[in-house]
Amino acid sequence: MIVGEQKPLEEIKSMIGDAKKVLVLGCGTCVTVSFAGGEKEVAILASQLRMASKMEGIEREIREFTVQRQCEYEYNDLAADYVREADIIVSMACGIGVQTMNAQFPEKITVPAVNTTGLSQPTEQGVWEERCQACGDCILHLTGGLCPIARCAKSLLNGPCGGSQNGICEVYAERETPCVWDQIYHRLKDLGKLDLIMEIRPPKNWHSSRHGGQRKIVREDLRL
Amino acid sequence: MSENGYIVGSNLEKALKAGYFVATGELGPPQSADRSVIEYKAGLLKGIVDSVNITDNQTAVVRMSSISVAVMLLEMGIEPNIQMTARDRNRIAIQSDLLGAYALGVRNLLCLTGDHQTFGNHPQSKNVHDVDSISMLQMVRDMRDKKIFQCGDPIKGQEPRFFLGAAANPFGDPFEFRPYRLAKKIRAGADFIQTQMIYNVPKFQEYMRRVVDMGLHEKVYILAGVGPIRSLGAAKYMATKVPGMEVDPEYIERMRNATKGLPSIKEIKAMDNPEEAKAARQARKEASEKEGIQICIDIINACKEIEGVAGVHIMAIEWEEAVDAIVRACQIGPKYDPARKTDGTD
Repeated sequence: MIVGEQKPLEEIKSMIGDAKKVLVLGCGTCVTVSFAGGEKEVAILASQLRMASKMEGIEREIREFTVQRQCEYEYNDLAADYVREADIIVSMACGIGVQTMNAQFPEKITVPAVNTTGLSQPTEQGVWEERCQACGDCILHLTGGLCPIARCAKSLLNGPCGGSQNGICEVYAERETPCVWDQIYHRLKDLGKLDLIMEIRPPKNWHSSRHGGQRKIVREDLRL
Repeated sequence: MSENGYIVGSNLEKALKAGYFVATGELGPPQSADRSVIEYKAGLLKGIVDSVNITDNQTAVVRMSSISVAVMLLEMGIEPNIQMTARDRNRIAIQSDLLGAYALGVRNLLCLTGDHQTFGNHPQSKNVHDVDSISMLQMVRDMRDKKIFQCGDPIKGQEPRFFLGAAANPFGDPFEFRPYRLAKKIRAGADFIQTQMIYNVPKFQEYMRRVVDMGLHEKVYILAGVGPIRSLGAAKYMATKVPGMEVDPEYIERMRNATKGLPSIKEIKAMDNPEEAKAARQARKEASEKEGIQICIDIINACKEIEGVAGVHIMAIEWEEAVDAIVRACQIGPKYDPARKTDGTD
């Protein structure tokens, strides 16, 4: 899922500036599941902003609303009345939601209250670990189902490097992040497929990643 | 391979092919544009080692560029071995820099993945890693042997010809995979290997036993990485704080014993006479350094006995003064190896 983390309150306040009518707009999909920008987080941020405004003696109206999916126009239409009355929209969606809002309501500015941090797996309660960088050229069949692009600090295709010790990556040794190439080695060994790690992987074609410019999928079979 | 039987014909390649136990040195460029630092350090290494590695922004700290320092060394009559990491350059920049390095006279190249930028002084920078050490080797080997760029386009004109090196960490994990990783580097194009610093000889012996069993020592020249330890603190730091390094407790004990009988740091601090304190500090320093150099000599002598080891790579960064004492005691390198003096090859 797409996961995010709320920005510090001070940063959000500075984005709001002297706006008098603020709409805090949540999203009911990914960021709700990752506890970053759903209805509950919207309520908390809105009350924090109300309190802060009161303490600073600023007359400000803070409204709240959460749409089902902020990355689609149809859902955001339901927030149109709130948007119309607001000076600024503080979005708690991922970066896609923020951009959808700005495109859909160009007469208003929508600012981000959340940093979008990755495509992650919730590995335990309150923990999300990045699993995919959407590189556009999946190689999980070659690496025992573990992604070195997202999980190796150097995105190595021919790992592990010399900084792998006792299964831990030297870059994140303090937080004991596993070396994914150590994991790949052991996984391939268990599968009897060590020949895969012996093959020399040539430089990756990064064109399908962001490096080829913004990516766009067009499915003629689905277009109206 | 060229007509004279050499891949490139650098001094390093010639000495290895001649069967000498070679010694290479290392020079860390300054964090400034100061040429005099290079001249001083290079002067300490001149004539006593077969080639001098020039690090490429080691530990991700900004330093003078490796290729420009290599040119200064060439002007001083010292053979450089430039290091190139995949951290800061994509395949376009690497190939471009190497065309230039060859044109400037550089003949040895060590291909590295590179230390992660979070260890350096610009931890907020973006890393590249468009290629890795293994795919870089393959790319540069193909530039030399197939006269093609990584994209497949032909190199019309002089191709860059480097004697190709790679690193190996016998102490990285998984230990059992390390010889296989070495095999990959050889298949990708490595002509010589320089290992991570060895302070655990038995483990290195075990690694080399596996390497020899696989016949890899016949396909590549392996130089064991060594270096003098400056102090007990440095030994402890390497043992506990540097990932990918293992230090035999014996060496920590030897460093501790080196200053036994001398006034302790605590006692020195309590001394009233500043001259006396200064002399005591100097005595401790000299005793530590002497033992640190002796440990390095002992490790090199042990490496000489290990099958498949073709020489040593001496890393005495910021302590280049120590190298002469080491190669002299071990009787290795172009100046002190008795085998080289008799046949006049050098």
